[in-house]
Amino acid sequence: MARPEDFRGDFPILNKGDYIYFDNAATSQRPTAVIEAIKDFYENSNANPLRGLYDLSMDATERYENARSTVADFIGASSSEEIIFTRNTTESLNLVAYSYGMDNVNEGDEIVITIMEHHSNILPWQMVARAKKAKLVYLEIDEEGVISKEEYESKITDKAKIVSVGHVSNVFGVTNPVKEIAAYAHSKGATVIVDGAQAAPHIPVNVRDIDADFYAFSGHKLMAPMGIGVLYGKKEILENMNPFLTGGEMIEYVTREDATYAELPHKFEAGTVNAAGAVGLEAAIKYLKGVGFDFIREQEDKLTRRMMEGMKKLPYIKIYGSNDPEKHSGIVTFTMDGVHPHDISSVLNDDHVCIRAGHHCAQPLMQFIGAGSTARASVYFYNTEEEVDRFLKHLEGVRSVMGY
Amino acid sequence: MDLKGLYREIVNEHNLRPSHKGQMENPDLVLRGVNPSCGDDITLQLKIENGVIEDALFNGSGCAISQASVDMMADQVIGRSKEDAIKLAGTFMGMIKGDIKDEAQIEELDEAASLQDIAHMPARVKCAVLGWKTMQEMLEHPEKAENISTENA
Repeated sequence: MARPEDFRGDFPILNKGDYIYFDNAATSQRPTAVIEAIKDFYENSNANPLRGLYDLSMDATERYENARSTVADFIGASSSEEIIFTRNTTESLNLVAYSYGMDNVNEGDEIVITIMEHHSNILPWQMVARAKKAKLVYLEIDEEGVISKEEYESKITDKAKIVSVGHVSNVFGVTNPVKEIAAYAHSKGATVIVDGAQAAPHIPVNVRDIDADFYAFSGHKLMAPMGIGVLYGKKEILENMNPFLTGGEMIEYVTREDATYAELPHKFEAGTVNAAGAVGLEAAIKYLKGVGFDFIREQEDKLTRRMMEGMKKLPYIKIYGSNDPEKHSGIVTFTMDGVHPHDISSVLNDDHVCIRAGHHCAQPLMQFIGAGSTARASVYFYNTEEEVDRFLKHLEGVRSVMGY
Repeated sequence: MDLKGLYREIVNEHNLRPSHKGQMENPDLVLRGVNPSCGDDITLQLKIENGVIEDALFNGSGCAISQASVDMMADQVIGRSKEDAIKLAGTFMGMIKGDIKDEAQIEELDEAASLQDIAHMPARVKCAVLGWKTMQEMLEHPEKAENISTENA
């Protein structure tokens, strides 16, 4: 039976200082295997991929394209042509909004998202809705953060052109019924986009099982470097889309006035690509598979349960989302009576505890739950019960520092 | 001073028992100041007679540092001329940003000078300057009063 201690040695930063890193929903830490893969690419394979006719460039190309195959396999895509490398989830969603949304949404159509979306899955759709005179419709949630069947069946109508839903909420940690929503949305003729930024690091994802038309996620939340992200899209949809960015390496033939575009997926990857980032992402996926989703899930549930039980003993703490720790994906969002979340985070910083405070890039959700801002502690498989206990002890001390 | 000391010795008193929090009847200038990234949201109200700030009150919510800082500011600016208050705001913001280090100049801020250590806490600078920035904005541009001032403005 694995223990988090078995993995902590793999993360240089976790072995420096005595920090308790509980902001994994914002970004995870990187294991040596990922850092070494990036170093190895630059030391041994560095050339501009997809261009050169010499060995080094071909080697760089091969490593970049191998990474793409690994990603395709990781999320169950039919082929690596369906995997587009981007900078992050935000860029992936913007690509869909600009290259698909702007060309397919018309006046009077509806774009359906949820109240718990991250700003990166709200603002691109606000932009499309404004430009196309379409209506933005929000699916709302109950007290546990759940979107009911009645809710999505009543709001996704024949007018819906786009349904874009987060797989796992970055505030509640709740997993949305994306497969059921996708099936219903498809029956109404809508195209389905899933924001998987908080899901891909924590649960096995199969885009074909979900039947998502597009699926977006970032590398950095699953131990890959910052600046590499993924957009999955069904081949037949991607083929009919216009490019998002234009320029180098996304063309077939260019004249003074016109150009034809490269085949998938390069049509959507203009300019020199982040090959080292892709190689790092591949290393992260391999590392993650070695840890295994079963262990990740088990450890996150164990830590979340301990954290929530400890917090419930403090009557001045309010926890948001489900009462069931297993429905939190390692994320515990909370407020403390009389103490602003920023003060909680600052006081805990003095104790070397890293948690997030603010609106978590989900202001419409904050407005919906009636909190200007909240504090959020989020764990990953390398965190320990001992860290949770220390965190709870420091949390208990916050109110006295604040004069209560 | 470390952050916990700063809270215990200075900030908490003003945050938990502010002297200048409330709703003013017939204010001459009202301006809302918001830190969108934090959720600090205050509304500053000033009564001004013959160019002198006769009273200052604030409303709203935010972190302890933003609330305490605006309460301390009100202590300092009541009874001052508009010009003096604008100058003092410049001194406070200069101190927090680490640009003003001259002790004599900083002493003019009286109790508000005790927030000097915020200069070493970049994540909290916006909180400390929100009240001062809002006041400066409404005195320099009274036409903006009743509008929303943000950290990006």
